[in-house]
Amino acid sequence: MATQDAVRHGVRALGAEPELGRQRGLWTDAWRRLIRNRLAITAIVVLALVVLVAFVGAYVGPLARYAPNDQNYDAIQSGPSTQHWFGTDQLGRDLFARVLEGLRISLQIGIGAAAVVLILGVSVGAAAAMGGKWSDNLLMRFADIMISLPEILAIILLRSVLVGHDWPIVTNKKMIIILAIGGVAWITVARLVRGQMLSLAERDFVLAARALGASRWRIVYTHMLPNTLGPVIVAITFAIPGAIFAEAALGFLGLGLPPPAASLGTLVSSGYTVIQRNVWNVVFPASAIAALMLCFTFLGDGLRDALDPRSR
Amino acid sequence: MITYTIRRILWVVPVLWAVATITFLLMHAVPGGPFTEDKSKPESVIQAQERRYHFNDSLYQQYGYYLRNIVQGDLGISTRGDHQVTEIIRRTWFVTFQLGLLAFLVAASVGLVLGTLSALNHNGPLDYLGVGFATLFASVPSFILGAFLAVLFAVNIQIFKLSGWGGPLQPADIFSSAAYDWRKVVLPVVALAALSAAYIARVTRASVLEVMNTDYIRTARAKGLRERSVVLRHTIKNALIPVLTVMGPLFAILVTGSFIIETMFSIPGLGRETINAVTARDYNVIMGTTLVFALVVTLANLTVDLAYAVVDPRIRYS
Repeated sequence: MATQDAVRHGVRALGAEPELGRQRGLWTDAWRRLIRNRLAITAIVVLALVVLVAFVGAYVGPLARYAPNDQNYDAIQSGPSTQHWFGTDQLGRDLFARVLEGLRISLQIGIGAAAVVLILGVSVGAAAAMGGKWSDNLLMRFADIMISLPEILAIILLRSVLVGHDWPIVTNKKMIIILAIGGVAWITVARLVRGQMLSLAERDFVLAARALGASRWRIVYTHMLPNTLGPVIVAITFAIPGAIFAEAALGFLGLGLPPPAASLGTLVSSGYTVIQRNVWNVVFPASAIAALMLCFTFLGDGLRDALDPRSR
Repeated sequence: MITYTIRRILWVVPVLWAVATITFLLMHAVPGGPFTEDKSKPESVIQAQERRYHFNDSLYQQYGYYLRNIVQGDLGISTRGDHQVTEIIRRTWFVTFQLGLLAFLVAASVGLVLGTLSALNHNGPLDYLGVGFATLFASVPSFILGAFLAVLFAVNIQIFKLSGWGGPLQPADIFSSAAYDWRKVVLPVVALAALSAAYIARVTRASVLEVMNTDYIRTARAKGLRERSVVLRHTIKNALIPVLTVMGPLFAILVTGSFIIETMFSIPGLGRETINAVTARDYNVIMGTTLVFALVVTLANLTVDLAYAVVDPRIRYS
């Protein structure tokens, strides 16, 4: 993108104003490819609806009928009905309201962890690639060690360290889960960014920038990082369902947010204990997780096809 | 090649050392110990417990003991009930191994067949079905699939059972027929295998499609080989190389990645033992099982790397 701007400036300087209205950049092309992808668009629409219902509809309007922790002792373990659309749990809490809370938690943790992955992954990856052989080796060996541990186990170990301490800024329990997931998942993105940067460093336009006397910082920041953006966006989009899965797994194992918070994983886990009596307590939260992860995966697939047409 | 092999094998040692050190540091950074309880205990009991597990020594001393013991094959004692950690691992690994192996076999056979059929039927109905299956199961987590399977096949139609493991618990029980109950095996294996099956199907499909477009397949057809021979001997055989390379890591993932499935189906394996240890802050067990998992994954990666060097001589190692 930066290079295209440079070209456009150059052309303008030569007195030949290009027809800007007709010009189609990389991002316009990618956008056109994305909106032609039916699955990706469906995923975006569904996700938008989920966000709307979970963050707005749960508090105002006709969907906000029960609070997630309201108990109704006259309707314990009831199936879906007009009163309780998804039924109720063993304490008579409305499952629809609890699934909405679970969706809020999943989305917050998924996007939060993806943000941690983005920040850590890009900065460490770029620093490793540009910092010379020593820093590069350090990152790669560290990655070697990390991939020899099952990811969910690494997250569990990191979580048990983080959860016991009092942190100055991180007071929220959700933040701890976010940091535990992001603190493990960033390695993949760091390796991706490192690989991209190392190959970009050999390209002619970087050589040209260096020959023109651009500083190292400027080369990295304006010439190389924007060119890694496509693959990074795709990787981050796939990091979201990964984090949603990790959070649900932690909740299912009883290592997630403490009760009464209704994370989707916790809901599946507590529903699973009463599965012989009321299957709906499992079916609805499990479907919610599956739908959320499918949508983000379709979105990621669509973005990958749009940003890197060669990979198809 | 020989130097590469030796270096690659020697690399296992520092990786395991690093994993051991990292888990040691992480576990010792956790505040509170396994004996931290709500109930108050006499001071003498606390002191006796801490002496027993060296909790009062300095971190360096504990680290020293820990490394020395690992080298001697001693992973310490569990703080719940005084079992040797090695004993716990010996008791549970076999179940986890069977679960992982069965899931791997299911994933590999389903994935290969589905991927190949999809590719041979490119853009036909079978292909759409196969790709649909692969996309769906590639993004649904194992325990969610497990939950749906449980609802369908253990609650609605009661064909399968939900808890326990239906295979021999110890290698010694292999020949006793009482140890087997396939009704307990199907659901956890399918739930664990689905994601890998979908992944293998995707890779196989892509690889077969690529080989089908190569010149030597066209040559094989042009010289009048029967379709069966073209497909089986020329296409599939060559398409298998990239598939084989993803299978090693997948095997490691399946053998080490059944924490959730084991907890879900109450299977007495290494994964469930690890989760129980995390809940009970049983550090020695956590460090021991983590080391075992790291060893399995590292050995699997090593095998793949070395096998790759043998299978594909075009690869050069510096």
